[in-house]
Amino acid sequence: MLDNRIIDELKTIVGADNVATDRQDLICYGYDATQMEFLPDAVVHPGSPDEVSAVLKLANREQFPVYPRGAGSGFTGGALPKGGGIVLVVTRLNRILRIDTENLIAEVEPGVVTEQFQLEVEKLGLFYPPDPASLKFSTLGGNVAENAGGPRCVKYGVTRDFVMGLEVVLPSGEIIRTGGETYKGVVGYDLTRLLCGSEGTLGVITKIIFKLLPLPEAKKTMMTIFDSIDGAAKAVSTIIGNKIIPTTLEFMDHATLQCVEKRFNLGIPASGRAVLIIEVDGDRDLIEKQAARIQELIKPLGLVECKIAKDAAESEALWKVRRLVSPSLRDVNPDKFNEDIVVPRSKVPDVIRVIEKIQQKYAIPIVNFGHAGDGNIHVNIMIDKSVAGQEEKAHEAIAEVFQAALDLNGTMSGEHGVGLAKQPYIHLELKPAQVATMQAIKKALDPNNILNPGKMFPV
Amino acid sequence: MDPLKRVENELKKCVKCGACRAHCPAFATFGKEPAVARGKVALAQHLLKGDIELDDATYAAMSKCLLCGSCVEKCPNDVPTDEIVVVAREALSGQRGLTTFHAAVGRVIRNRSLMKFGAAAARILGPLFFRKVPETSGLRLRFPLPFLGGKRHIPSIAKKPFLDRHPEVIPGEPGKPRIVYFVGCMTNFCYPQVGEAALALFRHLGCTVIIPKNQQCCGLPGMSGGDLDTVRGLAEKNLAELERYEADYIMTACATCGGALHKFYPNLVGKRHPELAARLKAIAEKTVDAAQLLQKLGLNPEETGAGSDIRVTYHDPCHLRTRAITRQPRELLQGTPGVELAEMEGADKCCGLGGTFNVYHYESSLAINKMKSAAIINTGADAVVTGCPGCMMQLSDGLKQQRNRTRVLHTLEILARSIRP
Repeated sequence: MLDNRIIDELKTIVGADNVATDRQDLICYGYDATQMEFLPDAVVHPGSPDEVSAVLKLANREQFPVYPRGAGSGFTGGALPKGGGIVLVVTRLNRILRIDTENLIAEVEPGVVTEQFQLEVEKLGLFYPPDPASLKFSTLGGNVAENAGGPRCVKYGVTRDFVMGLEVVLPSGEIIRTGGETYKGVVGYDLTRLLCGSEGTLGVITKIIFKLLPLPEAKKTMMTIFDSIDGAAKAVSTIIGNKIIPTTLEFMDHATLQCVEKRFNLGIPASGRAVLIIEVDGDRDLIEKQAARIQELIKPLGLVECKIAKDAAESEALWKVRRLVSPSLRDVNPDKFNEDIVVPRSKVPDVIRVIEKIQQKYAIPIVNFGHAGDGNIHVNIMIDKSVAGQEEKAHEAIAEVFQAALDLNGTMSGEHGVGLAKQPYIHLELKPAQVATMQAIKKALDPNNILNPGKMFPV
Repeated sequence: MDPLKRVENELKKCVKCGACRAHCPAFATFGKEPAVARGKVALAQHLLKGDIELDDATYAAMSKCLLCGSCVEKCPNDVPTDEIVVVAREALSGQRGLTTFHAAVGRVIRNRSLMKFGAAAARILGPLFFRKVPETSGLRLRFPLPFLGGKRHIPSIAKKPFLDRHPEVIPGEPGKPRIVYFVGCMTNFCYPQVGEAALALFRHLGCTVIIPKNQQCCGLPGMSGGDLDTVRGLAEKNLAELERYEADYIMTACATCGGALHKFYPNLVGKRHPELAARLKAIAEKTVDAAQLLQKLGLNPEETGAGSDIRVTYHDPCHLRTRAITRQPRELLQGTPGVELAEMEGADKCCGLGGTFNVYHYESSLAINKMKSAAIINTGADAVVTGCPGCMMQLSDGLKQQRNRTRVLHTLEILARSIRP
């Protein structure tokens, strides 16, 4: 518990209106998308990097934990205050500071909502590709801290690939800049890449410099239905093997299709065992050619149907199938564990087969969909927590799913991070020497362990 | 926490993903989590568990909701937060008693003659108390209620309420639909011209129009304060009145009244009073919005020379949008000679009225309304058109605050220009 003296000091730093200690406020900053909940002692909304710095200095002096938070939409508990202390909400820092159309860069504060930033740059004919599913509400600071991905990664890469520089308040309270505004730069360690995906354990991001691209002239969406998961997976490697890199290659397995079809009746043929939504973007003539070539390439792979959108409305209709997945899953079981393993593209069918076996072994429904283009599969383990023993079974199944991904040279998280949720499994992927190296970095930057303690590494 | 027990299963559906953050107008102005749907759901869950109190902080959080339903529409898990908030407010008012304001609202809306008396008194005594602003300034009547800080512009009150102007049954052509018109208080007392337009349009189509004399307030102002006893009482009276007629349709030209009859009566009153459920459902199924019905009956607007060319922009009232009535009014407007429709940015965003939200959070309500006014003004339209007299009042207020002269009209007023008398 923080005593009143500390609360008063926090109020002096950020203003009384920006410190909340009512139980109601604590509840509202104690959850995220994981279904876990921990109440902080106070919620603090700083309005400037200097205020963030002063809060961290106070935390060091008084030794209380600080949990940085954006929109609180994470899937692994990265912003949850497990262990009391304060939640530091950065959403008041929400300005787009500049968009430089000459150098194709932008500088933003961490609380800017991802889609809002995309729309602003697009108005200027520019493009910020990272598109996590939560883009309408997640913040850019959170995207950087978690190194968020999304469907467009297959062509453009993840958030990290667009971060050129950062302003960061270190756990000590010191404000530093990393990277910069140049595309090249080899002076010193690459702290920018270290901080991207560090899950708020190494510093609080207060400014971000992003690289931008020219906005592609047009895009084309196709929905392709295959008679087997192998056909769909083979399509992915065939398309890329033929030197076409689509913007997105989203896939849904048979269990997913059944869920969506049962609830929304979209007319997906019964012989369809897997769906790939393929999108290409670029020059108008080029995408026509690419779409035609893709069709030709995938025809022999058990293609049941191929729908090509003629306009934005038709494209939206095709994407709707993907968007309906989430609401449909609830019909299977009320609770889910949403894991985001990644395997090399060509191993997607192999990992799906192993997951099918795990599903049979534990008799728990598992529904798979995700970003086939980069081998990132959302494995949804559907359970009913009110049924005794199901949650334990789910945890065992999750460990086996992670092991399966690792056995195929993959990783246990593509875009959600470790946080609290994957902490128990981190030793499956990281060897003791790797963990020790990471913890040495943490210790060097945060000797008192005040910033987002208890995350990532098992305590 | 008995009332919350009724929504226990709905509360379980929320997975705290945060999608509601993108769509909530209250969150957009308050910026903090207790103002957004998932925050309120979390608080309701904790109320149900009994580990927070029905204290001021809970009350404050639950009051920050316009009941616009945009979170419900966009929720991946179909969490009916609007209903949850009403039930939470019911729990709060059950324990703490209604606020003086909501108690007064309840008393007025429960009693038609009191409302009528109040309206008459306000019309007669108004000039003594309220400043009449010159028409040239674009302002009209100012209504300096103390809790509004004297800023608010409200519409003037009609000399003769709409319900007193016409017989109960206005026969149409044989074989044509029989329509029961649920008028609503705003139309009755403040915008009778909307009622006149509705009457003209449906008579033009040969319909028999029935205007039940004893219809009451729909009760939504009471619902907004969690006063579900008042809503139930009104729902029962309205049911009895509406059931008296063999109607093909129950028609509303007020999105809010339509929302009450179509959605909130069955969902909120019905769940609380199972003995009424079947009757409420039967009424709900017959309830249609005027624009929806006009399109269904094939209104064919003609060039009448009744009005000059007009550029309009359309605002979606929340209680039509959440019933997926967005296409029909636009198509009718576009099909009307001399009418040009220019879409505004965020046409589907709430105007900021939100029942009694605008009374308790007038500054936030104004901030929401300011964005709406800017979007309207940006279209360069001569008039903003909408299907809800409540929105009309709020839009007028917003535009007048901006010293802007864009007219505020009901969809039916525009459509009525294009029918031959």
